Amino acid sequence: MTIFGVPPQLLFSQLLLGLINGSFYAVLSLGLAVIFGMLNVINFAHGAQFMIGAFVAWIALTQFGVNYWEALVLSPLLVGALSALIEVSMLRRLYKLDHLYGLLLTFGLALIAEGVFRNFYGVSGESYDVPDQLAGGVNLGFMFLPLYRGWVVVAALGVCLAVWFAIERTRLGATLRAATQRPDLVQSLGINVPLLMTATYAAGAALAAFAGVLAAPIMQVNPLMGSHLIIVVFAVVVIGGMGSILGSIVTGVGLGLVEAFTKVYYPQASGVVIFLIMVIVLLVRPAGLFGRQA
Amino acid sequence: MKSKLLIGAAGLAMVLVGAVHAQVADGVVKIGVLTDLSGAYSDLSGQGSVVAVQMAIDDFVAREKPSFKVEMVYADHQNKPDIAANKAREWFERDGVDMVTDLVTSSTAVAVAKIGKEKDKIVLVNGAGSTRLTNEDCNDVTVHWAYDTYALANGTAKTLVQRGGKTWFFLTADYVFGHSLEKDASDVIVASGGKVLGSAAHPFPGTDFSSFLLKAQASGAQVIGLANAGTDTTNSIKQAAEFGITPKQTLAGLLVFITDVNSLGLKATQGMYLTEGFYWDLNEETRVWSKRFFEKHKKMPTMVQAGDYSAVMHYLQAVKAVNSDDTRKVMAQMKKTPVNDFFAKNGRIRDDGRMVHDMYLFEVKKPSESKGPWDYYKLVATIPGDEAFQSLSASRCPLIKK
Repeated sequence: MTIFGVPPQLLFSQLLLGLINGSFYAVLSLGLAVIFGMLNVINFAHGAQFMIGAFVAWIALTQFGVNYWEALVLSPLLVGALSALIEVSMLRRLYKLDHLYGLLLTFGLALIAEGVFRNFYGVSGESYDVPDQLAGGVNLGFMFLPLYRGWVVVAALGVCLAVWFAIERTRLGATLRAATQRPDLVQSLGINVPLLMTATYAAGAALAAFAGVLAAPIMQVNPLMGSHLIIVVFAVVVIGGMGSILGSIVTGVGLGLVEAFTKVYYPQASGVVIFLIMVIVLLVRPAGLFGRQA
Repeated sequence: MKSKLLIGAAGLAMVLVGAVHAQVADGVVKIGVLTDLSGAYSDLSGQGSVVAVQMAIDDFVAREKPSFKVEMVYADHQNKPDIAANKAREWFERDGVDMVTDLVTSSTAVAVAKIGKEKDKIVLVNGAGSTRLTNEDCNDVTVHWAYDTYALANGTAKTLVQRGGKTWFFLTADYVFGHSLEKDASDVIVASGGKVLGSAAHPFPGTDFSSFLLKAQASGAQVIGLANAGTDTTNSIKQAAEFGITPKQTLAGLLVFITDVNSLGLKATQGMYLTEGFYWDLNEETRVWSKRFFEKHKKMPTMVQAGDYSAVMHYLQAVKAVNSDDTRKVMAQMKKTPVNDFFAKNGRIRDDGRMVHDMYLFEVKKPSESKGPWDYYKLVATIPGDEAFQSLSASRCPLIKK
């Protein structure tokens, strides 16, 4: 029995791989959406923060013996702190200006980061082993699922839902949302708005670093690992709607599945199908599938 | 007035003296090592190749005490043919480089072979594998020294089909080398009575092979042929193990180097068949040379690095014999002289540019059989040069008159 000429085993296993890719897209686009929604900054350094997160985990493992689980916490904290510094010293001055300035600054920072790492580590990947507790796999019948990849889906989507909940359903989130819409009013109520902004940017970067640590055992840790991914993620965010938190999660996973589907039936298009969808969405619904009309 | 005349005469004398002695242009032979210093193939060639070529130069100068100086320059082509071509052009046109070697990654080798022909400079290829270098893209300044995809297919693929691996699926690096290896291996498989069920081409260099490996798994082939090399091969093997593809299906690394076995470990590679042109522990001569290499590079040499030494030494000896760095003269001398060193016994350069020498089929030892680091291979068979490489009669090289 085949589905449109493809054995079901192949189709479902590819869809599962698509779900895993989609989880990465979801976490990264969530970070981007949070930063754009809250700070109105198009954070082109997101891919670099993803890459630095993976490298911190690798350096921590090889030089300091820090294991994977510790790195999952340590790396986002370090990258978050670094990004907070960048926000305070450079990004803050650009909030009142056109979006373009924030984009240019973060793009430049991304290029610097990539160049520095490339200088020290070359372009071939550094190997990061799957942690022992997650080695091996489970036979699902239609495919053999490595435990680690299953964990990636659980961890990524779990973090996404936690962030969505924090922003949409808690008081802190409400304060954040208010601060973006009327920073002057919120400031006059005694809330330290600049600190909130810094914290938001750091949190977005930390999300990227978290995704980086998750990705380290799957992709090889190399300085270019962020740059391909970030372009796809931007397309995801545009399709989902730039300010929508839930939209970026749903779109991320959905597009991962669409990409996998294409890989099975028409592999030549798998690299561009997401951009094709982006073009169509921009023509039909410019604010994105879940976006609010600005 | 008198001093001007004196200076003029001295100048003329110097020019004349210079002209008589400069048979080797400028009295310097410059060798360029163009390799992958930081990418997917940097382990099997890269810095090790630079070390090997420097060793060849040092040994030659110490032993032969030539009348000319020998210098080396090296650069990273990052596995990109346009960067390689530009560097080669710059070296030949501006920096007086006489010969370029290593050239891992077949697309760069093909590009630089063309530049060598254009500038009439010698190109000695050790790293690349594509048979196109001695067929469609052959020329009379290029020698394909260490190995090629035909020899690899003849060794590994043939043996596996004979041992029962009848159905194959290929995981291919999507550029000239991968396609060349897939084609040569497919020809051998079909000729030996096997069947190729399909193939999946992955971008070069690749990082995540999971979707391609799943296709291979779904095909149900007995053998999954890895028509790739370097980190592509090691990552494919690692990820195949992750997805439970091995040991049910056999993975056939069609181009595997000792550095790959070293990074994967014997547990993951035991029992694997591979075809190489050199192994450090083959005989006393290879052991002696490899130990010297190990002292400098801290890793045992691959056939690419050993081939670089052998090719450069052969070239320098030819230059000394004809006392010139003129391409025609040196090339003729190189083709006339057999290659007899630790790397090749009874090796010779054919008119299509192929350096024919014995190849070896190895099996990777089990962890219990290995006596220490780098003790990885056991010799299964020696394939004599004329059998290992494509015969001249089947060659598609325009230089070969039929």
